[in-house]
Formats: sequence, structure tokens, C-alpha cells
Amino acid sequence: MQSNQMVKSLPHEPTPEEIRDQKLYQEIGLKDEEYERVVGHLNRLPNWTEISIYSVMWSEHCSYKSSKTLLKKFPTTGPRVLQGPGEGAGVVDIGDQQAVVFKIESHNHPSAVEPFQGAATGVGGIIRDVFSMGARPIALLNSLRFGDLKTPRVRYLFEQAVEGIAHYGNRMGVPTVAGEVVFDKAYEENPLVNAMCVGLLNHHELQKGIAKGVGNPVIYVGASTGRDGIHGATFASEELSEDSEEKRPEVQAGDPFMEKLLLEACMEMVQEGLLLGIQDMGAAGLTSSSTEMSAKGKHGIELNLDLVPKREEGMTPYEIMLSESQERMLLVVEKGKEERIKQICDKGGLQSAVIGQVTEGTQYRLYFQGDLVADIPVLTLVDDAPCYVHPQKVPAYYLENEEVRPEKELAQIDPQEAMLKVLSSPNMGSKKWVYRQYDHMARASTAVLPGSDAGVIVIRGTEKALARCTDGNGRYVYLDPVQGGRIAIAESARNVICAGAEPLGVTDCLNFGSPEKPEVYWQLAQAIEGMSEACHQLQTPVVGGNVSLYNETKGEAIYPTPIVGMVGLVTKREHITTQSFKQADDLILLLGDTYAELGGSELQYLETGTISGRPPQLDLEKEQKVQRVVLQAIRQGLVASAHDLSEGGLALAVAESCMTGQKGAEISLETTLAPTVHLFSESQSRILLSVSAEKAAQVEELAKAEGVTCTRLGKVTDNDKVTFTVNGDRVIDLSLNEITQQWEEAIPCAMKQSSRSTS
Amino acid sequence: MRFAVPVFPGSNDMDAVHAIEDVLERPVTAVWHHESDLSQYDAIIIPGGCSYGDYLRPGALAARSPIMEGVQKAAEQGKLVIGISNGFQILLESGLLPGAMRKNDHLQFRCDIATLIVENNQNPFTGHYQVGERIRIPIAHAQGNYYCDEQTLAELKKNNQIVFKYVDENPNGSVEGIAGICNKRGNVLGMMPHPERAIVDWMGTSDGVKLFTSMLRYWEENGGAE
Repeated sequence: MQSNQMVKSLPHEPTPEEIRDQKLYQEIGLKDEEYERVVGHLNRLPNWTEISIYSVMWSEHCSYKSSKTLLKKFPTTGPRVLQGPGEGAGVVDIGDQQAVVFKIESHNHPSAVEPFQGAATGVGGIIRDVFSMGARPIALLNSLRFGDLKTPRVRYLFEQAVEGIAHYGNRMGVPTVAGEVVFDKAYEENPLVNAMCVGLLNHHELQKGIAKGVGNPVIYVGASTGRDGIHGATFASEELSEDSEEKRPEVQAGDPFMEKLLLEACMEMVQEGLLLGIQDMGAAGLTSSSTEMSAKGKHGIELNLDLVPKREEGMTPYEIMLSESQERMLLVVEKGKEERIKQICDKGGLQSAVIGQVTEGTQYRLYFQGDLVADIPVLTLVDDAPCYVHPQKVPAYYLENEEVRPEKELAQIDPQEAMLKVLSSPNMGSKKWVYRQYDHMARASTAVLPGSDAGVIVIRGTEKALARCTDGNGRYVYLDPVQGGRIAIAESARNVICAGAEPLGVTDCLNFGSPEKPEVYWQLAQAIEGMSEACHQLQTPVVGGNVSLYNETKGEAIYPTPIVGMVGLVTKREHITTQSFKQADDLILLLGDTYAELGGSELQYLETGTISGRPPQLDLEKEQKVQRVVLQAIRQGLVASAHDLSEGGLALAVAESCMTGQKGAEISLETTLAPTVHLFSESQSRILLSVSAEKAAQVEELAKAEGVTCTRLGKVTDNDKVTFTVNGDRVIDLSLNEITQQWEEAIPCAMKQSSRSTS
Repeated sequence: MRFAVPVFPGSNDMDAVHAIEDVLERPVTAVWHHESDLSQYDAIIIPGGCSYGDYLRPGALAARSPIMEGVQKAAEQGKLVIGISNGFQILLESGLLPGAMRKNDHLQFRCDIATLIVENNQNPFTGHYQVGERIRIPIAHAQGNYYCDEQTLAELKKNNQIVFKYVDENPNGSVEGIAGICNKRGNVLGMMPHPERAIVDWMGTSDGVKLFTSMLRYWEENGGAE
């Protein structure tokens, strides 16, 4: 093939002049000034294939053009970080030449129009990101947001998304060990489906998505390319509208069996050390994988599109390049190793094809039926993508909330009534309906099953285990993005600490509205500020993640919802701790302080149908001290159970520890706050412990040394009673059996409503 | 005692391999499904997972692969064969055990720790359990709703072939709460619950251990030599 060929336009496609004159680039998501930039880079008018490639590579989804400058705030390095953002997933050292690999990613828009496949392929994509690093996937997590379950469509979206996640993860044999679900009408039309995968590798197995070595073959492995998912990345970068239903064909369909074959083949290639570069064909498919490998390797790539395995006849270069067909991987290997790759693929019945080669220079060239159909300086696609700093504006609601104090009104509610209301709400109710659809015990390494603060997976052949969780509270972030951002990081670290682990690092998924709205951009900037502060203080670098903007319908943005995936290391198996009360007569201790903080609380939402005021305030130094006390206490063998206080406050934390351990509790406390405010306040930096009576003093010593308040609240019992006495008055007196039933039935009940009952 | 774990595309074979290594410390080999000669092994564990992506029907494609000739032969020779979850489905599809699997009656995938009752300890797999013993073993399946016609059910009962039943809650709607059955001779067992996921306390239960130790004792008492 000659590189001095002229770039050709195909007969049935718009001509370069038509693209310019009719502004056809706008239809695929490019702005006027971005088109001009492309013309400048090429020094000529781009043809349809070329402009489409720019359009996806410069989409928010691939280029982070609106968030890049803000994301620079995140700490991304640390002594344990082996790979920060920029590759398929982040990699953190866990000693013994082992490393943990993890990443979270959104699949919100596909899930809004086709929830089953949208959620399923979200899981498939994140698993590929992890094994493209050379790691064996060992656990999945997810974080879901839906509207109110009273709406039939919400029930449909929720049910199908959960089934889609189960469908993919279960068939892959990767356990789904933890996650969270929140229902709030802010997500009614625009649900959030964030999936996280965790993998394990030995240091020498670490792979990169890079093209190097002139003349080395570029190999395509996996499913054939079809017309599904074309322009998915662009779809993900615009607001949902009534036309979104028409985008159903842009949602890809997944085949977990194919992915399992792909996984096993890739693992074999990694073990044999065959790969120079490997990258998943995820968003923007063949385009992003090949151009990014080329740009990262500072080498050119040429591909012959006739050699790409195709599912359908007559596909054009535009369709081949933008297809988001699932379960495909792009490899670069040393010349001569092609045969071995083919053998491995053939054994598993997997398709593979050499489709091009690495070239000198940094030019990206595509050939189709003998013609040169794209000729692009590759660095302009990746490194020279546009970058926007949008104007910011403090939203009116934020200023209005300054004076709002919801505690006064909420104090009037009877504590027992509040307790029953909170624990039987779908948000606080048991998530068993969800997680029992996920195979959470595959690989036989799950030590803490779903339903505790963090899922724990033991590492075979070692004393180590990994704790991980996903967490986020869009209500707090909406009310105050800096505080909400801090809380997102701090709470996920707290969850991991409660499992007996030291937090290692963070992957985050920033789900926001349109960055072109100054109020939304302000939320984004502020939330990143708060998260960064917390990451610095708690020494948990951000090693990867994803930004999902334009989560809006009919001009209404979702709550700004950063989801944090945190991974922690348990150094000894005996440190693994759960939230459930273990033993009657154990003392119940509370670390931390309780303030009148009900802004954005679950109680407020349930009582008033909305949220207002300021969210709980977080003092990062105090947070760190509380976490330090708990980890020390666990490592010294003093702790029977540990549970983070979060939504629903002290009352719900005690109830959860009772229900999951099937133990009763007698709580008695003194407070200057109204009982309901004290019991349901969502003040931060608090952890509930149960300890045997003779060890309590030691825990109190540890707390004292750090200057952390430690209060004896009462004791665990063998009775069927959960009681709270405040300032001498018995304010809650409930049967364990009864509350357990209500708590377990919350979601199943909400799902059983007749499809005709709307709110 | 040498164990083979047949591997189909989509199998979760490593869980079974690790269980044998950890509980019995006996040699165990994962064998690719193209192999049809299993004569060198004393026992075969057909693992869980989703062989061939559960396409067509769970177990239907795997039941027709070369390795099942080896499994068939081993069963005829009286060697021990156990099919777990997808392995049970494969044994049904290959005719080594009677009956069929339907979708769970609630139509959802179900993962949980189920409580079983041991119905029969007069076979190679349950010798270390007591009849009537309640054990907790994880389940994870979408199609574990065991079905057989009345005549077959009567046969199963008459020959003492029902090995495990669910108690407290039937998680899939299976006939009479059946969780595991064996063949008439007693050397082929199929069960939906996963004993290989119940071998150490941190897994939530270690009640699966006795199933593996029972197999080893049976083999030793019946002339097996290392």
C-alpha cells in the first residue's frame, strides 16, 4: 500500500464539501469551531470517515474535553500506584509482587433506553477494561440510581437493569460482591448504571494499550463487527430527549459467553508474555482502541478494513470504525507471534485476524477496498482534542438554602414512627432482592457477602484480602458539592475501614448534567474540589475513572452524583470485620460526634418529598482520626462488629447491625438535641462498634489518644427487642422480628405493585 | 485418588479444583472438553458455571462433547461422578441422571446459602453426614427447578435416589424440594447447590467439606490405592 495515495471519499457518502456546506458535522456532535480545527489539522477538508473519527474521539465520553482541566485536581500518584489514569484501569501495588486493578464506568444513557442490554454491556465493558491490563477479574460492584418505584417505568428500568447485570456477571463467573441502589425522583428519566470491576495480577503481567515496533502486526480478536452501537460515544455525550427511544439501535447487545472466551484467551496470552500492547474496543470501538494505542506508542498504524471480521455485508468504513459491537480486543504483538495468537484463539473457538501493522511516524491510515479512506495525524485526535473551561455560576437554590434549617420541623416526628418509615423505605430497606440475583459467591473467595459495609474477597494462597465498596450521595452533593464531594470519598474509605482494610485508592464516576450550564459546571468543579481534598487527606489517590455528563432529560439535570469506588487491603484474614452484632452482652460504642444535621437526609426526603438546607459537614482531620482508631482497634483484635453511620443515622445503623446479626440491642443516651434529630442525624465521621465488655476500655484508650469521642451506648442482647432510651425516655421499642420483616420486604413490596398503580 | 474436572468453555472449573486441593490434598486435573479418555482418574467432578453460555438449554451442548464419553464410561465402571449446578444440568442432558431442569419458578437468578436436609447417607458422597442432618450450602442458578414425572419420582424414592432436599424455603420450585439426586447404583450424583463453595468458615459455611471427605473414604474402603 502506498502512503502517498490521495484520501478518497466513497460514492454514497457525503462529500467533504457537502459536510462543510451543509454543516453535517453538527449532526454527529461537532461544533463549528471544532470542525475548523479538524480542517486545520488535516490541511484539507475531511471526508465522512475522517470527520466521524474526530467526532467520536472528541466526544466528551472519549476526550473529557469539559472535565479535563478540573480532573487535574485529583491526586493520582502515591507510593503504591503502579498505573494511574490513562489506561484501561488503575493499578495499585498490594505487596508480594501482586497488584489490584480496578475501574468504574457509567452506562447511563444506554440503560435509560434499553436497560437490560445497557446494564449488561456496561458490565462487559468494565470487565474488559480490567483484563486488558493483564489482570484476572475477581469481583464486580455496581452503583445504581433510579426514580421512585411507584412509577411503572422505573420498576421496569430497575428490574431489567438488575437482570442485565446479573446476566453478564453471572455468566462470566465473576462474583458481584457489593454495590448500592438509591431511588429518588431526580433520576426518574435518567437512571444511573455505574459498574466497577476489580482484578488481580502479578506485576510482570501488567499490560498497556500501546502500539510499538514498526512492522509489528495489529490483531483483532473476538466478536465480529456489526452495525450495533454506532456512535454510542456521541449518544453518551448528549442529553436524553424524547428522541432517545430512537437511539435504541445505538445500544449494543452483549454476549457474555463470547467475553468469557475472550477473557480466557487473553489470560493465556498474558501468561505466555505474547503481548506488546492490548486495548479493549469499548466506546468508539476500533477507532479509539487503535488511535489511542498509536498515540500512546508514538507510532503510526495502518489498518486494512477489508480484513476486519464483519457480521454484516456491505459495511462502510464509517460503520466499521464507529461500531461498538461488544467483546472485541485489539492486540499488537511482535512479528512472528501471530501464529501462536491464532492457536490460542482457535482452541477456544474465538475469531482472530491480522488487520494491520504498526508504521513509522505518527500517521493513522485506513484502507478500504484498495483505497486510502482516512489519513490523520494521530496525535491530533488524542493529544490535541479540544479542552473547554465553561463559565460557572452559583445556583440560586444553593444561596436560598443557606438559611434553611430542616431540623426544627423534623424534630416533631415521633422517633419510633421515623424508624419504621426509614427502614421500610426502598432506599434503606434490605437490598437482598437485588444481590441475590447476582452470583456473589463465584470463585469461592467471597468472605463478606453483600449486605455489609464493604464486600471482601480473600486472595488465595495469602493472608491478604481486598475490601471494596461503591458509594455516593447525590443529595449531599446537590446541597453542597464541596461537602458532598468530601463525604463521597470519606464515606467509602470509612466503609472499607469498617471491613478491616486500609484504603488503597479510588476510582470515580462523575455523573453530572450538562457542563454547558454554568450551575452544573459549578457543581462539577466544586465536587471535584471536595473529593480532591478528601483524597489528599486520606491518602487515597484517584487511579482511574470516568466522567458522564449530559445526564439530563427535558432540561432537568440529575442530582450531581459522583460515585466513588474504593479498594482497601486487609493484611490478615482475621481482621475481616462485618457490621452485624455477634454476641449478647457485647458493648455498643459510638465513635464520633452527633450534630443536628438532617439536610438532605433520608428522613427529610421521606417526610417532605424533597431535600433542603445544608448537608452534614465533614471535618477531614477528624474523619482521619476516627478511621485510624477503628483500624487500630480491629487490628488489635478488639472489635466484634463495625458499621459506618450514614443515611438514616444512628437509629438505622443500630437496626442494621441487629437485623444482619439477628441480635437485639438496648441503647440509652443523653443528648441536648431532640430525640428524633439525634437518632436520625446523618452527621459524618461516626462509626458504630460492638466489643466484648473486657475490651471496651482498650478501645476507649485508643479513641482518647486520637482525641476522638467514644460513647458507650448500650449492649447487644439475645432478646427480640431493639430499644432506644433518650434522656431517660424509652422512645423506640420494637420487635427485631417485626423490623427485620419490614426491612426485608421494602423492595419486594415496592416491586409487586400492580403496573397500573401510578403515583 | 485422582480427580478430573472437565472444562467446557464457560465452566467455573477452578472452584472445584481448589476444593479438592484444599480439602483432600489429592491430585486434581482440569481436563479440556476435547479429551474423551478419562481412564486415569478415579473420580470426576463436572463443575458449575455456564458451559457454552447456557445456549440452547443449560448443559445441552456440553452433554454432547467428547469428554462426556469418558464420563459415561467412568460411570459405567462404578467410578464416582458428581455434577454440581451446571454439572447437574449436564448429567441430566446426557441421560446419566433422570429428569430435567426448568427455569426457577420465580424466573430470577437466585444466589443464596440454602439449607438442605440430607435424605440419604447410604451412598459414596454422603457417608460422613447423618440422615436428617441440616446443612447450609450456597446455591447460584437460574434453572434449578428440577422436574420429573410421577413414575420417575416414585422410582427415585423407591431406590433411595433423593440425596438432598431444600428445607425452610424451596428456592426454585423443584419437585418435592429436590436439591440433589443420584443414579440407581449410587455412584453418579447431581446437585444444584455448590459444596465447593462451602469448605472454610469464612465462606459463610463449611458444610460442603464432608461431601468430599465422604468420597475419599468410600474410595479407600473400596480398594482404592494411592
